[in-house]
Amino acid sequence: MNVEATITINGTEHKVQVPPRTLLSQLLRDELDMTGTHVGCDTSSCGACTVLVDGNATKSCTMFAVQADGSEVTTVEGLASNGELHPIQVAFREKHGLQCGFCTPGMMVTAVQILELNPAPSEAEIRSGLRGNLCRCTGYHNIVAAVQHAAELSGGA
Amino acid sequence: MTTGVTDPFAYHAPETVREASQALSRYRGDAKLLAGGHSLIPMMKLRVASPQAIIDLRNVEGIKGITENDDGSITIGAMTTYHELIASDAINSTAGSIVEAASQVADTQVRNWGTIGGSLAHADPAGDLPAVAVALDFAIHAQSARSKRTIASDRFFRGYLETALRPSEILTGVTVPARVEGSGCAYVKLANKASHYAIVGVAASLTIDAGGVCTAARIGITGAGPHATRSRRAERILVGKELNDSVINRASQRGGAELAGMFNDDVHASAEYREAMTQVYTARAVRAAAARATS
Amino acid sequence: MTTETLIGQEVKRVEDHALITGRGQYIDDLRLPGLLHIAIVRSPYGHAKINNIDVSAAANATGVVSVFTGADLAEQLGSLPAGWLLDEESTGMKTPDHPPLAIERVRYVGDAVAAVVADSPAAASDAVALVEVDYEPLDAVTDAEKATQDGAPQVHDDAPNNLAFDWSVGAGDYEAAAAEADIVVSERIVNQRLIPNPMEPRGIMADYNGGTEQLTIWTSTQIPHLVRLLFALVTGHPEHKVRVVAPDVGGGFGCKLYLYAEEVICGIIAKQLERPVKWIEGRTENYIATTHGRDHIADAEICGTSDGIVTGLKVEVYANLGGYLSTFAPAIPTILFGLMLGGCYKVENISCQVKGVFTNTTPVDAYRGAGRPEATYVVERMMERYAHELGRDVLGVRRRNFVRPFKRGHDMPIGVTYDSGNYQAALGAALDIFDYQEFRQQQRAARSEGKLLGVGFSTYIEICGMAPSAVAGALGAGAGLWESSTVRVHPTGTVTVFTGTSPHGQGHETTLAQITSSRLGIPMENVEVVHGDTERHQFGTGTFGSRSLAVGGQALMMSLDKVIEKAKVIAAHEMGVDTKQVRFENGTFYVEDIQEREIPWGDVALGAYWAKNLPPGLEPGLEAVSFFDPENFTWPFGTHIAVVEIDEVTGETKLARYVAIDDVGNVINPMIVDGMVHGGIAQGVGQALQECAVYSDDGQLLTGSMMDYAVPTAEDFPSFETDRTVTPTPVNALGAKGAGETGTIAASPAVVNAAVDALKHLGVTHLNMPLSPEKMWRTIEDAKEERRARRSAAARRGN
Repeated sequence: MNVEATITINGTEHKVQVPPRTLLSQLLRDELDMTGTHVGCDTSSCGACTVLVDGNATKSCTMFAVQADGSEVTTVEGLASNGELHPIQVAFREKHGLQCGFCTPGMMVTAVQILELNPAPSEAEIRSGLRGNLCRCTGYHNIVAAVQHAAELSGGA
Repeated sequence: MTTGVTDPFAYHAPETVREASQALSRYRGDAKLLAGGHSLIPMMKLRVASPQAIIDLRNVEGIKGITENDDGSITIGAMTTYHELIASDAINSTAGSIVEAASQVADTQVRNWGTIGGSLAHADPAGDLPAVAVALDFAIHAQSARSKRTIASDRFFRGYLETALRPSEILTGVTVPARVEGSGCAYVKLANKASHYAIVGVAASLTIDAGGVCTAARIGITGAGPHATRSRRAERILVGKELNDSVINRASQRGGAELAGMFNDDVHASAEYREAMTQVYTARAVRAAAARATS
Repeated sequence: MTTETLIGQEVKRVEDHALITGRGQYIDDLRLPGLLHIAIVRSPYGHAKINNIDVSAAANATGVVSVFTGADLAEQLGSLPAGWLLDEESTGMKTPDHPPLAIERVRYVGDAVAAVVADSPAAASDAVALVEVDYEPLDAVTDAEKATQDGAPQVHDDAPNNLAFDWSVGAGDYEAAAAEADIVVSERIVNQRLIPNPMEPRGIMADYNGGTEQLTIWTSTQIPHLVRLLFALVTGHPEHKVRVVAPDVGGGFGCKLYLYAEEVICGIIAKQLERPVKWIEGRTENYIATTHGRDHIADAEICGTSDGIVTGLKVEVYANLGGYLSTFAPAIPTILFGLMLGGCYKVENISCQVKGVFTNTTPVDAYRGAGRPEATYVVERMMERYAHELGRDVLGVRRRNFVRPFKRGHDMPIGVTYDSGNYQAALGAALDIFDYQEFRQQQRAARSEGKLLGVGFSTYIEICGMAPSAVAGALGAGAGLWESSTVRVHPTGTVTVFTGTSPHGQGHETTLAQITSSRLGIPMENVEVVHGDTERHQFGTGTFGSRSLAVGGQALMMSLDKVIEKAKVIAAHEMGVDTKQVRFENGTFYVEDIQEREIPWGDVALGAYWAKNLPPGLEPGLEAVSFFDPENFTWPFGTHIAVVEIDEVTGETKLARYVAIDDVGNVINPMIVDGMVHGGIAQGVGQALQECAVYSDDGQLLTGSMMDYAVPTAEDFPSFETDRTVTPTPVNALGAKGAGETGTIAASPAVVNAAVDALKHLGVTHLNMPLSPEKMWRTIEDAKEERRARRSAAARRGN
């Protein structure tokens, strides 16, 4: 039997009816065609699927869609506003924080929460904050630089 | 073999503990409670767990949040997340090792969802919070449709993924005793680089009097054996003594003595290494706790 | 800014905007109406006979459209080929059949046995458990050395003792050198099995038009054209009726460099059902179904004089190839390993023997570096081993043995010719950043405080710029390894560049646009780079082996030259001068010394298409196609320095500092090259410290998910300190050597050398990777125990 949920995604309210086993990542990608959120593992390890749920970085592959009932979800598609890129997006491009780009949406979303909680994080704090997001291309060097740069752009560090 | 899809299940989101307990009874052991879901959902996605029903606790009243009681103790609702524990001033000042352990759990995203209740009730042998629960002498509150009771933390963990909870019982929260003058606690961990679970984690809680004598000690060990375990034999060596190097070394050599013959042995670490590290980390936890107790 | 200056500039990537806004188009983001979903039933056994497969329950399940077994599709699926065949006579090479869906026997956990097709991923996934396969388990073998022993389980009946080949290469006379040497040091060096882990697992979508017989396969691959070629050869579906598209590809690192079973399965099922199908690999599935890397057991021996001159190196290797030969598997432990064993040293006598071995494990093929990291690891480890044995400094010994700087070719005894090199300069540049003497003082001070620090070096070299086709062909390659380009100038002067390279994170759209923009003097926005589609570009070879710029970039340069040449003819005609007088700079054609005679690029482009005033006999249009086949490989090199810190009590080992000087020849975009180096270092350090695929004896992958296989996180590294020396290669006009693999090749020996350095005072001479806390703890404990025993023995003697 399907379950109902009302979820506000990137500012737009969606009323959905899905089987209970539908994961939030599957709802976003398969039902709503928002494919910017990627799925890179099946053990909640890689963080590629990270979205914000009520401001909290969340592995959308580890949450049933129905659990997000009544929540506000922000995905990579919702980071930019009014055609203006979010500072984290600007910083990732500026500092070459991505190569293949597959981990990037989740990486940026997690970084948004890191900076939300701590506007001027140290390198160690950034590295530890990103522990749940795997990248195989960059060695994290430029990702860390990008998060630092985003902090500067946002008036943090 | 597409992975990432769970078996189908029925979904319930009760609003009271009573309803949740009744739902558990109705499925006769074939339902799972869903708290943060960060242990359960991955198991379901790999189809290692395939419950007939999921009982989501997110709407259940009265099992969230952190309350400071008049006697200085703190009650933490089961659905309180690691992230909320870390952010709580009350927890930071009363029981810093909870913060220390919660901060070392998995990663940012998991800490946003994982709950203290879920961690304790799931009883992963390598979970971080169980060690702290044992060391800090948590009172664990369990409730069913008919009754309520409190379980001492050192009697709560019974086996691999096995607790003292009865089939229809729900862990509703824990009470952390008030901080005693001269006490200090710490959690230290040798982490598995892949899962970030503890290969060995040790929590120590000590009280040291004005004369420098240890008057109380509790040590909780995780990762090393089938479940979180209290190391009374190490505690006994500490109590009644000044904590100099020789006492700490002697005590740490008994760290995990209760687990003899039961140390985990897997692809990440042999039983021999876990045993040795239990001792090393017992010493480290005791030193850190002692430093805090006397500072 | 004049566009000429874009070469060597840190131009921000044109790829990024789509990727940072969630508009990337990876396989699983693609949609087709009426799409069906495939899930693969895989063997849970390392080795078993298939007695029977009963698909009836699965076929009747909700949402299931069809279930196919290997027997159902035997004829259509064919057998997956090895694309690199070593000389059969000298190596005894065996190429057993490799059915995409196993029919009689499964040979590794993950071997595909059936494909379930359903109307949703969930329905396909649900039905997998309903396929009943009656397996009869057989004895399995997972260790390459054990597999060659008499009585070992036989993976293939037609490969006795599980030998796929026994290959050797050499120079001089190692045995004579060893006999004359002052010192001979030997060591068993294990290069453990790794799982590549691109962040996007593999995925495939296929669609068939029964009317036109056109089959389109979208696949997450590094080699779309080779996939098309091999697919056509294997299935008999005509090559010109197959289109292969690589959309955005989320990393490859070598493991997306083959024709895979699933590509054939999906293509054939789409054709069979005349419906579009999609298969998306799960991560735990990826761990058993996608190729692994490394897995060498090497017995190495180095010999030399007592004053530090190395005279010989001998290596005998068991290379684990897994259950079947993957497409390039035979090349990796042979050509790409053996020919590298000279390193950057004047070693005259080399002996190398490699046994390629079948085992009941996931097939092993290229993983970033592919053969070269294994070789560099042996060479750089043994250099330090030799220096330690002599009690000499590791840098002094290296310097004594370095090949002297050269600009145009240096013949190595093993039979290859290095292009250009200056190994001293790279080491010098690294030591400008890293104060070696100061470190030694720190190390001593730290030790007195119970902290163990160590430094390790890797003065590596690599073979890149794959590859001169005739040489590769003589060595066994089943395809040419040249690269091609098309430059299509549009009437308005904008340009589309088509390349046969197939990037998956390397930023070719940026780098190739930089080159084009700089050569043509037009803004980068006016250049579009197209790749990864067999229908849009003629045959190309793909992206691997640090070849894309060194080979593909040069192919682009040739096409650019051709369009400029033709444009000059048109411009000369327009200006009424001789073509020889026309110069082209910054997007303008002009005649020297004649003022007011200049024509901008766009006008010439328009003139080429308008064709109202072309020189007699000249074809209209402005487009060029080029194929570049290099005359040699390229040989990047450098010096990497690692500092590790070891907790003496727990064995935990941390990378404290990392300095990398790389010489990749000329650089088009330093930002992109630095990024490549960073990522490579992380993979090499990951291998040294924490990554390891472990099998049980019966063939179960014990590190079967990301919860057990430790892909490094941001926390596992410090920031890296990188810089470059520049020694251009004469092999291509760009002077570029290739930068994709330097870090991976250099890093693991640097880190392990550092750990051995930290424990040298305890008598430790070698450590096998990964340097897990337990391994380090045990090593330290054993060394201390041995010391205690020696001391007490000495004390007893003293009494």
